[in-house]
Amino acid sequence: MFSKLTKILMVPAVALSLSACGINSVPTAEEEAKAKWADVESTYQRRADLIPNLVETVKGFAAQEQDTLTAVVEARAKATSIQVSANDLSDAAKVQEFAAAQGALSQGLGRLLATVEAYPDLKSNQNFLALQSQLEGTENRINVARRDYNEAVRQYNTTIRTFPDIIGAKIIHGAEPMESFTATTEGADEAPEVSF
Amino acid sequence: MLAHRSISPLKAFVTVLLVGLLAMGSPAFAQSFPELTGRVVDQANLLDAAQEAELTSKLEQLETTTNRQLVVATIESLEGYDIESYGYQLGRTWAIGQDGEGENEKDNGVLLIVAPNDRKVRIEVGYGLEGIMTDALSSNIIQNSILPQFRNGDFPAGIIDGVDQISLQLVLPEEEALRIAEEAGQRSNSGDGENIGLVIFWGFVLVFFVIIPMFSNRNGKKYRRGSGPVVIWGSGFGGSGGGGSSWGSGGSSFGGGGFSGSGGSFGGGGASGGW
Repeated sequence: MFSKLTKILMVPAVALSLSACGINSVPTAEEEAKAKWADVESTYQRRADLIPNLVETVKGFAAQEQDTLTAVVEARAKATSIQVSANDLSDAAKVQEFAAAQGALSQGLGRLLATVEAYPDLKSNQNFLALQSQLEGTENRINVARRDYNEAVRQYNTTIRTFPDIIGAKIIHGAEPMESFTATTEGADEAPEVSF
Repeated sequence: MLAHRSISPLKAFVTVLLVGLLAMGSPAFAQSFPELTGRVVDQANLLDAAQEAELTSKLEQLETTTNRQLVVATIESLEGYDIESYGYQLGRTWAIGQDGEGENEKDNGVLLIVAPNDRKVRIEVGYGLEGIMTDALSSNIIQNSILPQFRNGDFPAGIIDGVDQISLQLVLPEEEALRIAEEAGQRSNSGDGENIGLVIFWGFVLVFFVIIPMFSNRNGKKYRRGSGPVVIWGSGFGGSGGGGSSWGSGGSSFGGGGFSGSGGSFGGGGASGGW
């Protein structure tokens, strides 16, 4: 009698413990973090898309800043050549390489925008002003996307390391912790200062 | 020994208190936002009652006609944060804009944030409106309509002008609004390019999944089955009303004359300015 009752009680108990041990919560957290990573990449892409126009506009007024312009173009080429697919997010080296390349581009842009100070015609050019506001907005989106991604990674990493989800994470999913996005060079996470 | 014993409960108490304080002050949520008391939250007291009422009715009118939410917030202090990080978090906290359940547009909220003591102003644009309230257009409105008045110390006029300009863009039909956004961004606006792509995409979806099946309906039941679930899906979501927003996301955002956000979200779109 007792053992029969135990058996009957076992069914919901097993079902509960299975659903509580990370079968669903681990992939959910993982997909969330991957989606946020896609946002990070698309905001960086958005910035990369603005740069050719920016370079061309600046060139029209300040062709003698050739070195700074070339540096930006090269940094952009390098940054866009490094992509991190959603499945590589546990690979610290890849994520850091991406962060470093984008950080270098941020610095190049910062220098370019600093040189603009010397060209009043360029500073008041409508096309440049429009580009500048778009660039500012994009830098801001990058910051937001990065914070959202880091928060999603934090939640995912917490999920796979805490009981009871750790059981499913280890046994069923073989889940690896993901890398959060940290700027690797000093000041690289700062948006270039473009206030006039 | 006695002294030690008498101190330790105090020590324990202090430790608990400190730990509690530390836990409360987790950095990401350290900001305190004003309460969403209406469509105009005048924490910094820049507007008089009549101006506030006028703005409120304008903003209410805007939502009635377009389903888009525009909220004005004057903030006493940004508490050391830059207005960009303050803005999107305020928008998310208030959940301005629709949550897209049972509507055809989501995250369509805009905030006009004025922080007079920090001398900053920002137009914060929800994800769903980034295509028409572009950064460049937002920046234009700030530079041309808002800041000149603020520099003269006339906050109400700047706010009202800003709201009028934003509303002007929001009430336009999609096509016209995109054209104006394009002009503001001049020849360079990748964001708009994506949007036009999106419009074309949805156009195709409309043609292939709605219009063609509609005409094919007469020929057989096969297609009717295909389009049926679409309708059920739409009304099912609207009816369930269990939106992800803590503000409750029923069909209407009004509860007894009060106002609340409808579950929209923000991702840093818009522009800022200072004076």
